[in-house]
Amino acid sequence: MNDVSQPADAAAPAPASDDPVRETKLSCRGLWKVFGADEAQAKDVIRQNGGAPGREALEEQGLTAAVRDANIEVQTGEIFVIMGLSGSGKSTLIRCLSLLLQPTSGELIFDGRDLLGCTDDELIEIRRHKMGMVFQHFALLPHLTVLGNVAFPLEIQGIPRAEAEERAARMIELVGLDGRERDYPSGLSGGQQQRVGIARSLATEPELWLLDEPFSALDPLIRREMQDEFLKLQKMLNKTIVFITHDFDEAIRLADRIAIMHSGDIVQVGTPEDLVVRPVDDYVREFTSDVSRAKVLSARTLMRPADEGATFAGDIAPNARVIDFAAQAVEAAQPLAVRSRSGQLLGQVDREAVIRVLAEAQ
Amino acid sequence: MSLTDSDTRTLPTGIAPIRIVWVATLAALVLLWMLAQNVEWIADPESVVTIPLAGWISDAVKWLANDLTFGLFTFKDLTRALAWLLEIPLTVFITLLSSGAEIPLGGESSLTLPPIPWFSILLAVTWLCWVWGGRRLLLLAAASLVYLVVFGQWESAMVTLSSILVAVPVGVAGGMALGIWAYRSERVSRGLTPVLDLMQTVPIFAYLVPVLVLFGFGPVSAMIATVIYAMPPMVRVTMMALRGVSPELLEFGRMAGCTRRQMLWRILLPSARPSLMIGVNQVIMLSLNMVIIASMIGAGGLGYDVLASLRRLEIGDGLQAGLAITLLAILIDRMSQAYIAYRESPTATRRAQGVNNWAMIGGLVLVSYVVGFVFPSLSTYPEALTLDTSPFWDELVRLINVHLYTYLDAVKNTLLIYLLVPVKRFMLDVPWLAVTLLLGVVGWRLGGLRMALVVAAMAAFIALTGNWQKAMVSVYLCGISVIIASLIGIGWGLIAARSERAYKIAVTSVDTLQTLPSFVYLIPVVMLFQVGDFSAMIAIVLYALAPAVRYTAHGLRRIPSETLEAGRMSGCRPRQMLWRVRLPLALPEIALGVNQTIMMALSMLVITALVGTSDLGQEVYIALTRSSVGHGIVAGVCVAFIGMIADRLITAWVARRKKQFRIN
Ligand SMILES: Nc1ncnc2c1ncn2[C@@H]1O[C@H](COP(=O)(O)OP(=O)(O)OP(=O)(O)O)[C@@H](O)[C@H]1O
Ligand SMILES: [Mg+2]
Repeated sequence: MNDVSQPADAAAPAPASDDPVRETKLSCRGLWKVFGADEAQAKDVIRQNGGAPGREALEEQGLTAAVRDANIEVQTGEIFVIMGLSGSGKSTLIRCLSLLLQPTSGELIFDGRDLLGCTDDELIEIRRHKMGMVFQHFALLPHLTVLGNVAFPLEIQGIPRAEAEERAARMIELVGLDGRERDYPSGLSGGQQQRVGIARSLATEPELWLLDEPFSALDPLIRREMQDEFLKLQKMLNKTIVFITHDFDEAIRLADRIAIMHSGDIVQVGTPEDLVVRPVDDYVREFTSDVSRAKVLSARTLMRPADEGATFAGDIAPNARVIDFAAQAVEAAQPLAVRSRSGQLLGQVDREAVIRVLAEAQ
Repeated sequence: MSLTDSDTRTLPTGIAPIRIVWVATLAALVLLWMLAQNVEWIADPESVVTIPLAGWISDAVKWLANDLTFGLFTFKDLTRALAWLLEIPLTVFITLLSSGAEIPLGGESSLTLPPIPWFSILLAVTWLCWVWGGRRLLLLAAASLVYLVVFGQWESAMVTLSSILVAVPVGVAGGMALGIWAYRSERVSRGLTPVLDLMQTVPIFAYLVPVLVLFGFGPVSAMIATVIYAMPPMVRVTMMALRGVSPELLEFGRMAGCTRRQMLWRILLPSARPSLMIGVNQVIMLSLNMVIIASMIGAGGLGYDVLASLRRLEIGDGLQAGLAITLLAILIDRMSQAYIAYRESPTATRRAQGVNNWAMIGGLVLVSYVVGFVFPSLSTYPEALTLDTSPFWDELVRLINVHLYTYLDAVKNTLLIYLLVPVKRFMLDVPWLAVTLLLGVVGWRLGGLRMALVVAAMAAFIALTGNWQKAMVSVYLCGISVIIASLIGIGWGLIAARSERAYKIAVTSVDTLQTLPSFVYLIPVVMLFQVGDFSAMIAIVLYALAPAVRYTAHGLRRIPSETLEAGRMSGCRPRQMLWRVRLPLALPEIALGVNQTIMMALSMLVITALVGTSDLGQEVYIALTRSSVGHGIVAGVCVAFIGMIADRLITAWVARRKKQFRIN
């Protein structure tokens, strides 16, 4: 369907807008996480200030808010990236979403179910079957082999060892580590260790996949390779993903939508293109200023209504990125047609428009 | 004092008032000293008041032992049950390893089951040593065990080993359980920490007294004392190891849906295993040390042999048994360390691939046991082939006494007359109030009012429980030994820091010194210098040397090379480098080493009571021989307080110094 995409880019994010309307898998409303001496006191401060205390009101009490009034909705099957600088509260937010940290106040709905109202046992069940998490520093158990690590979450559930190991072996194959099953984590490279972490988090076939800066501890080259494989995996598995990174390039490569955090606030949520084309404030603009626009702008943004009776050099999808069709557009004498999945003509992209975007990127 | 002086100089504000504090303190000290001639209570705390704490404790323990009841059962039943519980495994091991058993078959006949023969244990242990540590460990094991057999120490060694084999698992399990509890509950951890501190500074003998009273004389009480003594480090190591588990791993555990129990057994404990193993090694070494000393309350085995020959001044026998202990200690230590390394090594590099170790050992023991059973004459090493070198050693001691006596005696007397005796006099002369005041002021300068009060209160406790004189003798003996040990140790540390090779040699020697049970140090000292303060001092110096060397070398080596290069580039000569750059930077580390040296000196001090000192250690020892719990505990706590005063002050000083330099 995505006929313009080169095979190398088969992993490009699935078109968000063309897909049928998705339902919300995970959402939070008015979520706060306040660190400090006394959480009960923090709750009071938030309530007294009508649910939105300023920084001063909290600081007066010796409290710091790591997540302030977060509202997000993660849709089934999308890659939702949370990004922000170090200390902006990303880890805290994802840990609130998985209830590794108890939010100070707010609402948290997963699969239509109020997570904050769950008992400990219910929570254990949800985590065993519906959530998987990947950690920045891999968090592998040093005393277990690769196979043992991946089978661990299954064994914890009481699945017999033989079956657990068989399922684990399949996951190991999926991440391309077959042959290393009997190795210990200490003998693996960083990239390989994180593959184990990924395989382990997928072993229980979770619906929600949480990744906290999974590639940040890796070398740039390995990181790119892992990103590609991550996208390939997602294409196969179609999980609902919350992915954390502090690297904007990584974010635009992977994200369907991005939430930008700044000292605890979620400043803007949108597609990579939204953030570049319509930043809500200077902070976001600053962030996106280094990004090559060709990588994020889509045909839909660039197109204009099609000329009557024009002939086209080729067809592109509305969500195709400039970088993907630039060569085609620049070489051709005629403009490119933008067509929806059903083949309907939506508009045309001119050679000049593409050249302008490319020139800006310089 | 000089420590605090340098400190005050660097304080930016209020220099003058601080000078005044010191001048005033000095004046007060002189005044107190002069007044002490006339006012009795300044000089003699006993004329103020003596708190009969010892009596109270004795009464309390008597009440515990005789009258306390929990309704269904009495405290005595409880201790008996505990003893019985430990007695079973101990008896099993002693039967297996040392004594064998007679099984009555009805009527006159009975079946004699011999203990596991020596060659079978030799085979099994050397096999394990080879698998874990390779050829060097194998040779060490073979040599040590052959020594035990050939020199007639086998049976005693097996008795000692049996105690270790029971005490270590109990100590490790108990320590881990307490450590886990403290890890889970902040309140327990806060309550436990000071108790552990105290337990680790109370001298070894002090444990023996209450155990003796509550459990009686015998191998089981010895083992209980051993377990109590060896457990605190395991508790501490467990707490630290569990806290050291990376938070991400814990989060992973929760995300995987672990229950509390799964979290503990499948995540926390396994991933903390390398650190826990260090604790296990410590428990082993402390147990070994204690099992030897616990021969005083009936442990038997090698410790008893040494004790008996020390009492009879039969140096030859003592040396032979002492060497056996030494070999056993080194072997067990190396084996446990090799095992840790073995567990950490990748499976592919291990020796004896594909062989089930435990099956192999089981097989070895079983086969050789059957051989021993069928040919009983094989299973005991023939008496006729046993070597006894004690006549040789006795002769050597005689020769030393004949030919070297004058020289040794001259050295001893010179030091006694010009160093030991004057210092002792001085220490006994200082009025207790002056010492308490001085400690308070130093504590105040280093750590504020709280520290001042704590330190002064500890000093006052010693004075008011009637132990001042003895405590001062302890301080004198310990102080001189610590100074000598520190000088030697720091010097050695300096040399060790110069090259990788020197460092290795120093670390290995120091490790070996620390492996030896403290008892063993007494033997050669008594052999050369007979009994008395001087012998005690030498033994203490030898025993307490290790940390000073280790910390000095370590402190010097961890100075960043950039700093040294900066020094060299500013044109420092080697001597200036040492005095102006390296030593000042390493000073906090060295101070920690000296602190450790003090602790070790105090623990050895008590043991030197056996060679006739007249200090707090002697007090504890006497309490032990008279089963007087109160005296033993109070004197023990006094020793602990001396250690804690030194520890608090030194740690506070180090903390300040590090803060000044912003070293962490
Ligand atoms: N347990 C805690 N107690 C107090 N403050 C905390 C705690 N955990 C995090 N914080 C604070 O909350 C803020 C957000 O931290 P968080 O770890 O969520 O940032 P982050 O965006 O994940 O940063 P990084 O990219 O470095 O991982 C930081 O200012 C941090 O100091
Ligand atoms: Mg983070």
